[in-house]
Amino acid sequence: MKKVFARPKTLKDVSYHYCPGCTHGIAHRLIAEAIDELGIQNTTIGLASVGCSVFTMDYFDMDMVQASHGRAPAVATGIKRVLPDRVIFTYQGDGDLAAIGTGEFVHAAARGENITVIFINNAVYGMTGGQMAPTTLMGQVTKTTPFGRKKEINGFPVKVCEMLAPLEGSAYLARVAVHSPKSIIQAKKVIKKSFEVQMAGLGFSLVEVLSTCPTNWGLSPLEAVKWLEDNMIPYYPLGEFKKPEGVA
Amino acid sequence: MTRLLMKGNEAIGEAAVRAGCRYFFGYPITPQSELTHYLARRLPEVGGLYLQAESEVASINMVYGAAGAGARVMTASSGPGISLMQEGLSFMAGAELPCVVVNLMRGGPGLGNIGPSQADYAQATKGGGHGDYHMIVLAPNSVQEIMDHTRRAFDLADQYRNPVMVMADGIMAQMMEPVDLEEDNQIQLPAKPWAATGTAYHEGRNVINSCFVIPEEMEVVNLRLEKKYQKMRQSEQLCDGYLLEDAEIVLVAFGTASRLCRSVVDKARQRGIPAGLIRPITLWPFPYDFIGEIAGKFKCMLAVEMNMGQMQEDVQLAVKGRIPVYHYGRLGGMVPVARDILEEVIKLYSGGADR
Repeated sequence: MKKVFARPKTLKDVSYHYCPGCTHGIAHRLIAEAIDELGIQNTTIGLASVGCSVFTMDYFDMDMVQASHGRAPAVATGIKRVLPDRVIFTYQGDGDLAAIGTGEFVHAAARGENITVIFINNAVYGMTGGQMAPTTLMGQVTKTTPFGRKKEINGFPVKVCEMLAPLEGSAYLARVAVHSPKSIIQAKKVIKKSFEVQMAGLGFSLVEVLSTCPTNWGLSPLEAVKWLEDNMIPYYPLGEFKKPEGVA
Repeated sequence: MTRLLMKGNEAIGEAAVRAGCRYFFGYPITPQSELTHYLARRLPEVGGLYLQAESEVASINMVYGAAGAGARVMTASSGPGISLMQEGLSFMAGAELPCVVVNLMRGGPGLGNIGPSQADYAQATKGGGHGDYHMIVLAPNSVQEIMDHTRRAFDLADQYRNPVMVMADGIMAQMMEPVDLEEDNQIQLPAKPWAATGTAYHEGRNVINSCFVIPEEMEVVNLRLEKKYQKMRQSEQLCDGYLLEDAEIVLVAFGTASRLCRSVVDKARQRGIPAGLIRPITLWPFPYDFIGEIAGKFKCMLAVEMNMGQMQEDVQLAVKGRIPVYHYGRLGGMVPVARDILEEVIKLYSGGADR
């Protein structure tokens, strides 16, 4: 019998701790599949960040380094400068990357640091219990915006890909979503491409993955994917914002 | 052996290179900047890298990454920058990563000024960052010692898989003195089978981590770290004594202050006052054993510091209340003057010790 589907080699055979309906698991799988296909499991070092994604170190079957809150791109810089022939990726949520880690990811991009950042945007702080993130949408209710996010109080959501696009050091910037089979297939292609850009030494790559947090959004898993499609994608349009010349 | 006239800042940089350090991640701050100038030129000559980070927070985390990848790596700063690095130092202690951090202290708190100071003593020796951890803190008092202790700091860091701090001040950083450079420079870098270099390069899977969510597991880690710190306390206490044999009043000082105190001791002796000097070289582990063993022989001690008495507390712990421990300090970037310290010594010796 022909085997058509299996656990990627790069994922350890352990159960996720994530809540039902959370799309972290899908994002993990896509990264692991891309690494398997590129044959780089043994030469890749992953960076776990702070928040729900801290436990990526227990799921990816490779060397992992756990970074402090927001600092993964700086830690990745240190590793990459010592080991320039290894593939280095960070896996960071929106609270980690777009709030406390703003300095680190912007300057890693500005330096053209040859690393890949996988940025999981679910518009909320997950592990800390559902507080507002920089990416929380206008009007969105969270634990710390109980009456909905208001521009007078909280300002506007941060569009990370658009923000990085003008920086010359950023080579590849793309936003994908993991709410439907079609978007998942596209996300896989883009994640793989972001690694290929790094392997070709072309500079900083970042893939923003629009994801769900049913628990903190207070929705069922199915309602959550619908909410992502109806609310997040209109504000955070999908697509490739920047790619190096010669990359299809 | 080559003898060269070197600035403190340059000596730190050259010592690092000679210790096999090939990576420096840093952010400019006075009075440490000449160290970064030196390494920005020197490291590329030996195939290394100087990278200027966007902040001290980023610097120490680049150091964390480079150390995790198995490199000998260093950063340097002064008080305000070291404060920003505390998060990273706690994480490195937690993840058991070796690195050398240089603090060339200046006046504070806050932005303070760029004058020499010893006011970061407590921050360096009592934790600074969060959680239960320690790091070895070395306090050289000459450019030669800056060279020797910086080089040694890398070995200690690797030996214990822990950050090590070399702590001096703006005067030590800026002053020039002759230095003996060893010709033989064969460095044997220790193997680091624990480093995260990719599973193709070592046995099994390496995870650099300080996150232990299960309290029972965290406690095991804390106890294991404590064992390591205990070993440092037993093996690494270092201090220097001067004219202690017949001393009745003993000055205790480190770094810049210790140089002044040595001449104060000589001047006091000329006046018939039996003075001596104890100079802690490791500020952590503090030389409690050495001071504790001999403290009973003296009438009193005088901690001379460029702060409000941060080390005085450690001296008091060492003497266990057997003799009084007084304090003389200048602050805010001011350097004590030998004549003033001598006056203090005369006053204490002639019975004016009522403070």
